[in-house]
Amino acid sequence: MSKAFTPTAAKPGVITANDLREGHNVWMCDEGWTPDPRKATLFEDDAIAELALLKAIGQADLVVGPYLIEARRGPDGPEPTHFREAFRQRGPSNYFHGIQVDRQAETQKTETTHV
Amino acid sequence: MFDVRPVETDYVRHRAAQFRAQVERRLDGSLTEEEFRPLRLMNGVYLQLHAYMLRVAIPYGTISPDQMRTLALLAQKWDKGYGHFTTRQNIQYNWPKLVDIPDMLDALAAVGMHAIQTSGNTIRNVTTDAFAGAAFDEAADPRPYAELLRSWSTDHAEFQFLPRKFKIAISGGKKDRAVIAAHDIGLRLVEKDGKTGFEVWIGGGLGRTPLLGQVVRDFLPEEDLLPYVEAIIATYNLSGRRDNKYKARIKITVMERGMDTMRAEIEEEFQARRRDFNGADREALAIFKDRFRAPAFRNAPVDGFEAERAANPGFRSWTDTNLHAHRIDGYASAIVTLKAPGQTPGDASAEQMRLLADLAERYGHHDLRIMHDQNVALPHVHKSDLPALYAALRDAGLATANAGLTSDIIACPGMDYCALATARSIPIAEEIADHFRSVGLEEEIGNLNIRISGCINACGHHHLGHIGILGLDRAGVENYQITLGGDAYDIPAIGQRAGAGFPAEEVVPAIDRLLRAYLEVRADASERFIDAYRRLGPAPFKAALYPEPAHA
Repeated sequence: MSKAFTPTAAKPGVITANDLREGHNVWMCDEGWTPDPRKATLFEDDAIAELALLKAIGQADLVVGPYLIEARRGPDGPEPTHFREAFRQRGPSNYFHGIQVDRQAETQKTETTHV
Repeated sequence: MFDVRPVETDYVRHRAAQFRAQVERRLDGSLTEEEFRPLRLMNGVYLQLHAYMLRVAIPYGTISPDQMRTLALLAQKWDKGYGHFTTRQNIQYNWPKLVDIPDMLDALAAVGMHAIQTSGNTIRNVTTDAFAGAAFDEAADPRPYAELLRSWSTDHAEFQFLPRKFKIAISGGKKDRAVIAAHDIGLRLVEKDGKTGFEVWIGGGLGRTPLLGQVVRDFLPEEDLLPYVEAIIATYNLSGRRDNKYKARIKITVMERGMDTMRAEIEEEFQARRRDFNGADREALAIFKDRFRAPAFRNAPVDGFEAERAANPGFRSWTDTNLHAHRIDGYASAIVTLKAPGQTPGDASAEQMRLLADLAERYGHHDLRIMHDQNVALPHVHKSDLPALYAALRDAGLATANAGLTSDIIACPGMDYCALATARSIPIAEEIADHFRSVGLEEEIGNLNIRISGCINACGHHHLGHIGILGLDRAGVENYQITLGGDAYDIPAIGQRAGAGFPAEEVVPAIDRLLRAYLEVRADASERFIDAYRRLGPAPFKAALYPEPAHA
């Protein structure tokens, strides 16, 4: 994990944190904060990213411990490059808890809609 | 000066109310996160990989059925239906919401429980032998002394900002089951010339600098316990390093300053402090000894136990592995391992907790213990009740006959939950357990301690495993380093690194080669892995882990 990560066009990044009241993982997006990492804003410019991080730090009434982390562009949105962040975006491996639950519910909803 | 709190539940309720107000002030913006963080940590609230985590103290692992039911309530009402028992005899909840934690602390306070000093640079939960008051080889019951230490150390004004966290373990048996050599202070109850006292160890600890403690005092009379322990911690409080958190534990202080210097300073401090205790500590000890008096043991035949052993192979197997000898004829301590197939080591569901509470009331003199190896014990069960206890446990998936065997693995939460972790522990533990069950070698291998940590901080005690596994991040990939020859109990030893680490998928094959090599080289079936390792040295085991590539 690198909390001092600085994004570039070659190595873009996202800003992540935890929700203050409930504790779950959140990512900074254009509208504020989202529990869906695929909707995170992908930063490719260090100055813009650092300004956004300052803004995140200033939102201490909403989130705890914001930091910049490397991500890559994926077909559905930003994807993690390190396994730690991949676990944060999925949930634990011993129980079906965390974000993977929301993801499954979303998939089932989509499948139902398509039927 | 030490005094006994008259109504402790009031104090715990008061602290819970304080925390509720602190949470409110954090949410309304009156407190910044920097200001709030030390306050939440003082109440056992961490921020982990996916969510907040609440660590609740279970003092010296001793818990009543009503308290266990409250732990179940917390799991069901405010978490995801389970809790995780730790090597420090505490319980952790992995998913609480900050806004719910004040309610959780209120529920705990109603049964005299709390999360105070389960974090921070303070004196943490005092741990002890899970068979305290029951073990056949006990010099004295360590619980009254553990309670004395707990009562004294809770909110001790002088020791709220130590250089680093501070852990005390106390053992009463001839065999150490509290791992005292791996604690900041280890206390071993002994008798000398008809008097009860302590062999006092200091300077043990695992983490990135694993060190076994050393004896600082051969014999400390029991009445001097508090002033002497206070003198140790006061000395450390002044001389322990605060410039580098990795060098701040007392083990480093002892190493850097030397045991002779530390001993002399502690002794001088002890003489000065002893005068201030005025006997209140001894009065408290008398109260606590009465509180922990033995239950009314039954004198009844055990024929049913023997008959069931003869008739039921499953029961016989469970009683072969999961009982510990009791000091009273006709009784045994029963170990309920939280290591069933597919189960995360140390996890118990709310239903399982409630069942354990019920069974402790029905068959166990209302007594339950959380063991440091992430199991639960019913310390006092009459042998005639064991068949019924076994049947009830079996129906709930809690009668796995594996205490002390290959699948009885200690594992920290690792990167499935912990923000500090560098790799996962739980899947590795599950894969090893599944493998040796499926190949049917567990019984043949016999006693084996596998310990897994997901980072160098060593919460899974990997240094003390006969086989230790340390999960690391090697260039963005989980990698596992194996240590051999560690021992927590008989001859305390820090395991030695065997060689290069293994990728996750190669860990089970490596452990398989290692244990098959052990079965080949052991003198006979009674020679445990650790005994064979000590007799033969690391060479044959390293050769199994790192076989020479076949020549073309």
